[in-house]
Amino acid sequence: MNWEDVVRESGKPMEWPYPVRYGVVNDVDVDVVVLGGGPGGCMAAISAAKKGCTVALLDKAYPKRSGGGSGFDHWLNTPNPASSITPEDCVEWEAVTYKGYSNSLSRYIAAREAYDTLIEIEKMGAKIRDLEDEFKGAPFRDEKTKFLFCYDYENRFQFRVWGATFKPAMFNECLRLGVKVFDRVVATSLLTEGGRQGARVVGATGINMRTGELYVFRAKATINAMSCHQTSWRFSTESIGLDMFKPNITGDGPAIMWRAGVELAQMERSRAAVPPGYEYPSYGTGNWWNTWHPATMVDANGKEVPYVDAKGNTVPVEERCKPKPGQKFIAERSRDPRYSKPAMPSDLAERIRKGEFVLPLYADLTSMPWYERKAIWGIMVGNEGRTKIPVLVNYEAAGFNSARDMLQNYFTVSGEPYPSMDATLALGPYRMEAFGNGGEVVVDWDLRTNLEGLYAVGDAILAGNYYYHACATGRYAGRKAAEYAAKLSGAPLIDGAQVENEKARVYAPTKRRPGKDWIDWKELRFAGARAMQNYCGGLRNEGLMKTGLKWVRDIKEEHYPEAYASNPHILLRVLETYNILTVDEVILQACMARKASSEVLGHFRQDYPEIDPPEWRKWVTIKQAGGETKIGELPLDFHGDLAGNYEAHNPDYKGYLKKKRS
Amino acid sequence: MKKRETQIDDPGQRCYAFPNKPTPSMPVVIDETKCTGCNKCVNICTTDVLVENPEKGKPPIILYPEECWYAGCCVGECPVPGALTMRHPLMMRVHYKNKETGEIKRV
Repeated sequence: MNWEDVVRESGKPMEWPYPVRYGVVNDVDVDVVVLGGGPGGCMAAISAAKKGCTVALLDKAYPKRSGGGSGFDHWLNTPNPASSITPEDCVEWEAVTYKGYSNSLSRYIAAREAYDTLIEIEKMGAKIRDLEDEFKGAPFRDEKTKFLFCYDYENRFQFRVWGATFKPAMFNECLRLGVKVFDRVVATSLLTEGGRQGARVVGATGINMRTGELYVFRAKATINAMSCHQTSWRFSTESIGLDMFKPNITGDGPAIMWRAGVELAQMERSRAAVPPGYEYPSYGTGNWWNTWHPATMVDANGKEVPYVDAKGNTVPVEERCKPKPGQKFIAERSRDPRYSKPAMPSDLAERIRKGEFVLPLYADLTSMPWYERKAIWGIMVGNEGRTKIPVLVNYEAAGFNSARDMLQNYFTVSGEPYPSMDATLALGPYRMEAFGNGGEVVVDWDLRTNLEGLYAVGDAILAGNYYYHACATGRYAGRKAAEYAAKLSGAPLIDGAQVENEKARVYAPTKRRPGKDWIDWKELRFAGARAMQNYCGGLRNEGLMKTGLKWVRDIKEEHYPEAYASNPHILLRVLETYNILTVDEVILQACMARKASSEVLGHFRQDYPEIDPPEWRKWVTIKQAGGETKIGELPLDFHGDLAGNYEAHNPDYKGYLKKKRS
Repeated sequence: MKKRETQIDDPGQRCYAFPNKPTPSMPVVIDETKCTGCNKCVNICTTDVLVENPEKGKPPIILYPEECWYAGCCVGECPVPGALTMRHPLMMRVHYKNKETGEIKRV
């Protein structure tokens, strides 16, 4: 039943079902506190606990399924016994594809340790091999290890795994190791030495979204595993959850980091997108994207729409996951001809308009070899974030049979969940924050931020992306944070005034009473999104963005203080709104600081129309010091010598690649 | 004008001054004859769409339906088959076609 039925049944409004304890403060003392319980956060907690640390793990939801969704389909960039791909290869394709705007430092760390991480998660109970020989004889199966691969069946460094089994396994491991789990507790601020911005991090505060209780975590090391920001441009007051991205990713991480003086970079990067409410179930339509690659596509009359390689040659089904002559290997998301998958023809929209293919298109798995059909519909669809129950189970329950039926595609020349296929949307107002590879925290070879005691993992890292990267960097940062904590003698000091100020900020929305102008969080978020659409959209200039920044600051300073929270759930939404508006300010300032246009960054300026001029081939960094915005820059190759730096920072690490090399 | 009173099947239903429900308003359907009120779905939901029923042992309550992300974690966690069903809103229902017969249906 819903709340309306409750009222109808009981004849009275429903009271909040949990005890409300505003003002109750819980003091927690640990060696390491991990903010965020997704795959990266869980692996960080496990890794620190294995080093003997006491660990607290906070999460907005329940870490058994939180973070990456209910699963994932592919585990990428992993040198392994069935492959000759090196960590250098894994770093290379992204650096080439994104013209240097990929974080080779964290990518290299991840590639070096991704196989060890995968095997460790297997030991926790996740399924990564075809032990039942379900795919015996399939061209993507390594018969010795029973690993299954995708995208490139020859080079075999991108795994198909049963991703829905991962999160429960990692969560159980956290519990087994005695990690103190605080579910439904969301970090609201970092605590710093003396309460000073830019000083050593000594813990964090958090709020429980059911009881409203406050938590003060005192920790020798703090790990930011709170993902990125993905909610600045797109908002629908009603269909909040009907979005490609998890509605939980409200930029709490970057906003909290910003307030504490952490250095962020590449916050100006974005790309075209559609607003929430217009998508079909993710991976629940017939398509040819990653999860569904290499599904055969046909038109309304059954005519096949050919896959073509970079030169425009038709690629038959058995060749779609093999590199072409001149290609080093195929990499999942690369559009660079050196690594790209065969795909639908680039002039498909035009050919549809001219009538060569009749709408609608369908994905036709029925005509594909059994192993391809079973891999797409069963492993990939079935393990990717929102596909097990919503698509695999529900569609079959409704009568869909992948061996008999073709699933409709909604590439109707405009629209579909993947707007980047459609050039007409590229300059539209709805941006999204880069779909991985976005802005966020600058880290060093210990995955430490510019603040002592603070580390970052996964999508919280500058240009971070992908599940394997979250797990591998989480495991690495947990180890580094534990080593740092072990060197400190006593527990750090918490600044009482800093806690008091944060307490007042967090509870302020509960103390207000609805006045004549009171505004709710949805209206604030809607206004913030509109400001970003109109003043920081597909085409920008200095004056436009100045007005945008003024508008966002007006919303934050003039109208936010009127927002009222009637219960702890709504209190969290109000606090998230403050964080989104904070991130908007950072994005606008970063966009103003990059006085050049850039194709890769999706940043187009009327006042600086030249695309990617050589003097702007660098990252723009942004942070606060003494409450003032400081803009800086970072060379794209700030990682230096990859192998040399990795070895220097990890002389004692023993893993698969080290054994292989020696 | 002449007013006539006629019989209807279910008289006496109280009419409340409800505001509009948000859309979509029913992301999951609970079969209250099967639900044991264990709250496992409430616990696993990543956006707190569901809350516990104030009455122990009774089915949970869908309080924030517009925040549902349609991950289906709740259904995956439910110990009673058929007690909980995830429901995509109508505008998200996808069509499929039987290759041999050409018959078109939707999920």
